[in-house]
Amino acid sequence: MEIPYTVEARPDTGWTNGKLAMWLFLASEVMLFGALFSSYVILRAGATDWPRESLNVGAASVNTLLLLASSLMISKARAAATGGDWPSHRRWLWTTVVLGFVFLGIKSFEYSEHLAHGEYPSNSTFLAVYFTLTGFHALHIVGGLLVMLYLLGPGARLYTRNPRHFVNRVECTALYWHFVDVIWLCLFTLLYLV
Amino acid sequence: MTAPVHGSASFWRTYVFSQDHKVVGIQYAVTGLLFLLLGFTLMMIMRWQLAYPLRPIPIIGGWLGSANAPGGIMLPEFYNQLGAMHGTIMVFLGVVPLAVGGFGNFVMPLQIGASDMAFPKMNMASYWVYLCGGLIMVASFFVTGGAAQSGWTSYPPLAVIAPGQTLWLIGMVLLITSSLLGSINTIVTVVQLRAPGLTWMRLPFFVWAQFVTAFLLLLAFPPLEAAGALQLMDRLAGTSFFMPSGLVVTGQPLPISGGGNPLLWQHLFWFLAHPEVYVLILPAMGIVAEVIANNTRKPLWGYRALVYAVGFLGFMSMTVWAHHMYMTGMGTTMSTFFQITTMVISIPSVVILTVLMLSLWGGSIRFTTPMLFALAFLPMFGLGGLTGLPLGLAPTDIPLHDTYYVIGHFHYVVAPGTIFALFAGIYYWFPKATGRMMHEGLGRIHFWGSLICMNIVFMPMFIQGLGGMNRRLYDGGLQYAHNAPLLKWHVVIAMAAWTLGLFQLPFIANFFGSLKWGTPVDRNPWHATTLEWLAPSPPGHGNFQTIPTAYRGPYEYSVPGAATDFTPQFEPDAQ
Amino acid sequence: MLRMLGLPNPASAHANELDALMAMTHWLMAGMFVVWAAFFVAVLWRFRSGARTKADYHGTRGLASTLAVCAVIVEAFLIIAHAYPVWATRAAAPPSEAVVVRVVGEQFAWNVHYPGADGFFGRTTLGLIDPDNPLGLDRRDPVAADDITTVNQLVLPVGRPVVIRLSSKDVIHSFAIPEMRVKHDAVPGIDGPLWFTPTRIGEYEVVCSQLCGLAHYRMRAAVSIKSPADFQAFLTEEASRPR
Ligand code: HEA
Ligand code: HEA
Ligand code: CUA
Ligand SMILES: [Cu+2]
Repeated sequence: MEIPYTVEARPDTGWTNGKLAMWLFLASEVMLFGALFSSYVILRAGATDWPRESLNVGAASVNTLLLLASSLMISKARAAATGGDWPSHRRWLWTTVVLGFVFLGIKSFEYSEHLAHGEYPSNSTFLAVYFTLTGFHALHIVGGLLVMLYLLGPGARLYTRNPRHFVNRVECTALYWHFVDVIWLCLFTLLYLV
Repeated sequence: MTAPVHGSASFWRTYVFSQDHKVVGIQYAVTGLLFLLLGFTLMMIMRWQLAYPLRPIPIIGGWLGSANAPGGIMLPEFYNQLGAMHGTIMVFLGVVPLAVGGFGNFVMPLQIGASDMAFPKMNMASYWVYLCGGLIMVASFFVTGGAAQSGWTSYPPLAVIAPGQTLWLIGMVLLITSSLLGSINTIVTVVQLRAPGLTWMRLPFFVWAQFVTAFLLLLAFPPLEAAGALQLMDRLAGTSFFMPSGLVVTGQPLPISGGGNPLLWQHLFWFLAHPEVYVLILPAMGIVAEVIANNTRKPLWGYRALVYAVGFLGFMSMTVWAHHMYMTGMGTTMSTFFQITTMVISIPSVVILTVLMLSLWGGSIRFTTPMLFALAFLPMFGLGGLTGLPLGLAPTDIPLHDTYYVIGHFHYVVAPGTIFALFAGIYYWFPKATGRMMHEGLGRIHFWGSLICMNIVFMPMFIQGLGGMNRRLYDGGLQYAHNAPLLKWHVVIAMAAWTLGLFQLPFIANFFGSLKWGTPVDRNPWHATTLEWLAPSPPGHGNFQTIPTAYRGPYEYSVPGAATDFTPQFEPDAQ
Repeated sequence: MLRMLGLPNPASAHANELDALMAMTHWLMAGMFVVWAAFFVAVLWRFRSGARTKADYHGTRGLASTLAVCAVIVEAFLIIAHAYPVWATRAAAPPSEAVVVRVVGEQFAWNVHYPGADGFFGRTTLGLIDPDNPLGLDRRDPVAADDITTVNQLVLPVGRPVVIRLSSKDVIHSFAIPEMRVKHDAVPGIDGPLWFTPTRIGEYEVVCSQLCGLAHYRMRAAVSIKSPADFQAFLTEEASRPR
């Protein structure tokens, strides 16, 4: 059975189902990270002292650049898919994936550094916040990468069957990826810089 | 339930891993009912302990195991487990799945003339994630240390150091995920898949209620997911999000870094849990509105007021959470803010109740079983809602907080309130789902028995609460002098609770018996006006034979000059 | 109404004001419910299908908004005229001539700490906590020498404001004396003030009002409200006890 408006936007609302769903999902994500960030602010504001281990700002800056670049890449992948340029779509999407994996690599290097120095989440509230928030974010990266790998692998078949539908999926993925990127910018500022 | 079409889909695909919203809805509803029964059973066991503290539980006492009830006498730890799990099961595994997952899934797409939910696969996934979460919760009774025992509110530091909490948290994360999937699906379906002609102001009120509920689930649940993750970290990774410095447990300093804030959890929890209570009540109001319109044979009076009230209620419900925390040491500014929002939020409830009541005026009221339950909802919810007022005023909350008055308050809204509305919905839509009526006579026994018993169970709780008897007491308050005159009520309540249990037997018999022996019905046995009654009973996969069109508002009953006393939405104008 | 509500006999200065608000709220609730219910039953009877075969398409005219407006006014009145002032006295700083006592909850007992004659609480340290010294009071601290501690026994004078500095060693407890109409959560890490003025001599109980573990149900302390002279005698006797 066909569900209407998966491919075409519904005229009176202007949405496709997937796009609307993605925005709703992002709204709930805003509440999720909003709760995490406000917990951080409340804990920090209420703390009498705030022991703070040094973080690897260099690595995190590289990571920030990587994510920004990957956001750009996925935009290009999206534009290519919309324009029907299949080979460059795949190229840009692969680049995004690779950048994402490099991000995770650097992130796990940072984690292992901390653990090697005996800096565990249980040591201080700061480390607890650091590990939990970046951990949540890393899980979101993993989720995004899985979706992109799907779009590059088994999901790519949809392009031949129904290119518009495929492009919708890429658009939603891009939306999500930008969001994860913005979250990282907030994390970077709040944890590493201030 | 669709008849399996030979050769087209396997049994598994049709009934078990089905993506048909109706099958998913029925799966949700039946699972939810079973969990309600489980939650109720736990409570019937607890009521023995309250009525006859320290006496062995007859018959089933021996089955509970010596870790929980040596010699059939319940241990305090086990009482606390039963209490926490009763609350959790009733709210998250019983009522929400039945009201939102069951009715929302089954009825809502039919009412908007859609062939299915917008994302059938996601719909199926949300059921299975819910089931996993539920099974994990139940399984927690059987691991060493037992189930969660810090109340359904799980306040740290207790919840962090008490046994049993880890599985509760994992279960909750799954349940929240399932709700998120479901709520996105619902919102998209309502926005995108409404049939031609079905404008926003032609939506049945039930659809509005589900729509607002979905927004509450979407936006209020994630903070609890975050909080649950933080509490899991506290338990598993030894962090101190909710653990302040300098804790000494049973004489030993706790080896943690400290620096956390126990009240942070309460804020995050109630930020979810207050909207959650409206998640429990809004679908119920939706069902009641449908049943009342149908059985008064006249349009709902003040439909627009209902829609605006329910939207406003949804919005305001995010702003009142700290009225559960007046006793944590709150300044005048904060408390005034939350007292005002709490009073403001009662206004839309008054509007909704009044509108439903005034809708009766001028009707020709048929007292069918669904109508009886829907009618009883009104005064029962009224009692529960009204007793929310002294709780919402901070000074009067001082003597009432954490007493049986609170228990009485919210059970009046959830048990004879929501549960009755859900019963109304079951009796009302059963013919649509199965093609057969439920038995009226058994339904009436079920109704009158339940109505009387519910009131004998919950009314005395106000007396106990005003007298100062606390909730969550293993021995029912035996220790305290001021409770002495109140203890006798425990026996009354226990008797009524068990009798209430007996009166559910006709319902269970009716439910399963009618599948086989109920009178077969055609499409529209209630002579109703909304779109779901256009589909065959039971509707096949894809619901409607042709895509329906809505020509008018949802409740066009007794239209002057019309041939019958109902003019369905799907009937073209006669010209 | 108050008698009907069955609240425990009031025994503190603010109890009457609070009870009055409680009675007023319940009158309002009863009034609303009775009017509603009477209307409800009348409507059901008058419009039963046995009596009327044909429903009226139009029904009634607007009452709901009037009722909602009435509810708003009454509730606003309750908050502004009563709830706010009563709460303000609870949340405000206590009078300065008060008796100050520390109460520290733990699983499952209430530790009481009087400052003694000098009016200062001695220092407490985690490391010193043991079964004989549940508060970890450091007796070497000069101001600690005259401090008095008891377990599950709170003695207070009648007619004088009492300030309880409330906290907890482990989990959240809640300190409540039903007759005094006081209740306040004892949250670890927070030193919450709570104050009231006992008005009747007699024996009362502290009820733990927050689920705090398996023995929550029996976490009880005795409260004696004594005449000023008896209270002084209690302090003197405790102070002379060897430790
Ligand atoms: C469905 C669930 C539900 C609903 C709808 C409500 C509705 C309300 N609740 Fe309730 N509440 C709970 C479920 C619910 N609550 C639960 C579960 C708890 C306890 C949690 C725990 O601690 O474990 C709780 C606890 C709770 C507290 C905390 C008490 C404490 O711990 O000390 C407070 C305080 O403000 C409160 C207030 C209110 C108010 C003002 C409303 C208002 O929205 C009510 C508005 C309604 C009306 C004002 C009624 C209007 C109707 C009429 C006037 C007509 C009446 C007559 C006839 C029809 C005949 N509730
Ligand atoms: C939706 C929520 C909900 C519902 C419906 C109920 C229903 C009931 N509750 Fe519950 N309760 C809570 C939510 C709920 N409760 C919560 C949140 C708490 C606080 C926990 C805590 O302290 O942390 C609580 C606590 C609580 C206490 C206080 C315990 C204590 O403080 O120590 C008591 C005491 O009597 C109680 C009793 C009852 C009773 C007798 C019912 C009855 O009304 C039950 C009626 C049930 C039915 C009528 C079931 C019908 C279903 C069927 C018959 C199934 C049929 C099956 C098929 C057809 C397949 N509850
Ligand atoms: Cu201490 Cu309950
Ligand atoms: Cu609330």
